[in-house]
Amino acid sequence: MSDNGSGPDAAQWQKLDRRAVLVAALLMSGVAVSGGLPAFVALSSAFGAWTAIGWVLLGAVVFVGCSAGAEYLRWRHTRYRIGPERAELHTGLLLVKRRSLARERIRNVDLTAHPLLRVFGLVKVRIGTGENNGAGTESTLELRPVTRREGDRLRRELLTRSLSGAGDEHHDGRLATLDPAWIRYAPLSVAAPLLGAAALGAAMQVSEWFGVQRGVIEWVGGVFSGVAVVWTVAVLAVALLIAGVIGSLGLFVEMWWNYRLDREPGGTLRVQRGLFTSRSISIEERRLRGVEVVEPLGVRLAGAARVDAVATGLAEGEADKKTDHKTLVPAVPKQFADVAAARVLREPVAPTAAARLVPHPVAARGRRLRWALGAVLGAVASLALLGVLLTEVLLWVAGGVAVVMLPVAGLLAVDAYRSLGHGLTGDYLVVRSGSVRRATVALRRDGVIGFTVKQSVFQRRAGLVTVTATTAAGAGAYSVYDAGTSQGLTFADEAVEGVLGPFLQRDPQTP
Amino acid sequence: MTGTGTVRLRPPNNRLDPRVVRWWQIQWLALVLPPVLVLVLLAVLIEPARFWLLMPAALIAVPGLAAALFLPLWWYRVHRWEVTDTAVYVLTGFFWREWRVAPMSRVQTVDTVRGPLQQLFGLATVVVTTASAKGAVKIEGLDHEEAAALAERLTEVTGATPGDAT
Repeated sequence: MSDNGSGPDAAQWQKLDRRAVLVAALLMSGVAVSGGLPAFVALSSAFGAWTAIGWVLLGAVVFVGCSAGAEYLRWRHTRYRIGPERAELHTGLLLVKRRSLARERIRNVDLTAHPLLRVFGLVKVRIGTGENNGAGTESTLELRPVTRREGDRLRRELLTRSLSGAGDEHHDGRLATLDPAWIRYAPLSVAAPLLGAAALGAAMQVSEWFGVQRGVIEWVGGVFSGVAVVWTVAVLAVALLIAGVIGSLGLFVEMWWNYRLDREPGGTLRVQRGLFTSRSISIEERRLRGVEVVEPLGVRLAGAARVDAVATGLAEGEADKKTDHKTLVPAVPKQFADVAAARVLREPVAPTAAARLVPHPVAARGRRLRWALGAVLGAVASLALLGVLLTEVLLWVAGGVAVVMLPVAGLLAVDAYRSLGHGLTGDYLVVRSGSVRRATVALRRDGVIGFTVKQSVFQRRAGLVTVTATTAAGAGAYSVYDAGTSQGLTFADEAVEGVLGPFLQRDPQTP
Repeated sequence: MTGTGTVRLRPPNNRLDPRVVRWWQIQWLALVLPPVLVLVLLAVLIEPARFWLLMPAALIAVPGLAAALFLPLWWYRVHRWEVTDTAVYVLTGFFWREWRVAPMSRVQTVDTVRGPLQQLFGLATVVVTTASAKGAVKIEGLDHEEAAALAERLTEVTGATPGDAT
């Protein structure tokens, strides 16, 4: 083809694996089947079975044929090459896209393979730099698909450029492996009830496709005939909960099966996991600015936590909104989470555990209690208003909400206050906040690239400030919420010398 | 810890260009006037509903015009900026005060932006971005020549810094 290799070591243009077309055809056949089935049911009632089959088959063949054709064209016109300086990808038939990344900027190479790809021994490769500001996905190359061997080769070649340095025998190798017992934390995640609801939705949808939705509802109604409504609701809720728990267990197995966290020579952290869809996520250690130990409420009550990476260039794009790309360790017993965090950061003790966190002024608790009270009263007031205007039932609901939610909101507020804290340890500044999602961030001091200090009128009256450290990594900014004014500013100044310092004034007198 | 007394952030040294007040006021008017004018026009045309159209018009117009008149004056008093050898430092807002510091060594790009209204007033906005998606520092409403000179100076300083500033 149009190789413009001039010298012996000029890299050749390469094509994606040709089985891409086959995979696309199979995938679209699946879509055609799942779309065709309800279409068949709908049509057959109107035109009779044979006509319906004919039309649906025709539609499916055209659909699959077109998709496969499009994929073939994509495959024909896609090529990539990994040169000594740049990684390049040319794609597109009419609108030719040429994307080229400087190799020294490449920070992560992720391999994923859904079951169909795995059957053929293929993987999808995403090569990313770190720039995620504004450019969006512009800075990633996606090779979909290449053979597994080629994927591994790319990953090794692109990420191990500095093999000579950082050969740390002590910290290399396996950092964590899956302990099947961790699955006990899976149902505690927020996903469980959602999965239950999703199961209900799916059941309704499927029954509608086959035109038996009404039948299903009547059947359920029949089963519960002569039973009080309360019990019906309770039993259904429990059933959904059980479905959610089963779903979350299944999800955990699919996501975390065969989980391994390694440090590879050359300073790359690598997470491998997945039952059906296998994933390999590599994070260059140079991009790591710290870790975040996250304890969602349910998981925290069970004494567990998960560990996320705070790294630059972990694409926060639309495809990775699900946080799992940055998760280094799933929900595990807190002690082990700290151990893993320490290993990841090459520290004897995890900064998130070592730091003595300074609590914030009591005024911060007052603010949280007021917010909680305001939120509950707002909901109660609007319910009560509607109750007065429309129906008396809502008044009772409002009362119930007030009785149940006030203590809950109050407890959450107090807990949120107790979570607040900040401290310094070694190279890291450590910040903790949150109740429903308590997160402890350990951020490298040299990873802080600026400060933002915010103070509302209310905070000013209470003598509080919110100090935010901005960074190129992770969420882009991590905040110390509602610290005392002097406390917060001094902390920022001590954490990163010379940034805030020149603009600080110290009054010698105590106020 | 903080037993040695209180620590405060001092305000940055420089004020914005005084013309920024007019610019802010016009922006406010562009926000407030259209709904008011539409309501008044409708009130003129639809006689029976006149009261119910003029009342909301007044409800929008009175606080809106007051804000348009006085808020920019107030902002002008509190908005400050400063560029030292080591950092860009900006203070904005009154009810929600915000101090932003971007160290010079971490600045990635320096842009000047001029909208049509700003051009009319001879103003410009300098946007200093760092590698953080949330760390951009904006100096809104400088004299446009001053802004250009500042951007040039910042570009020079940051160009001399090695590394990718992350």
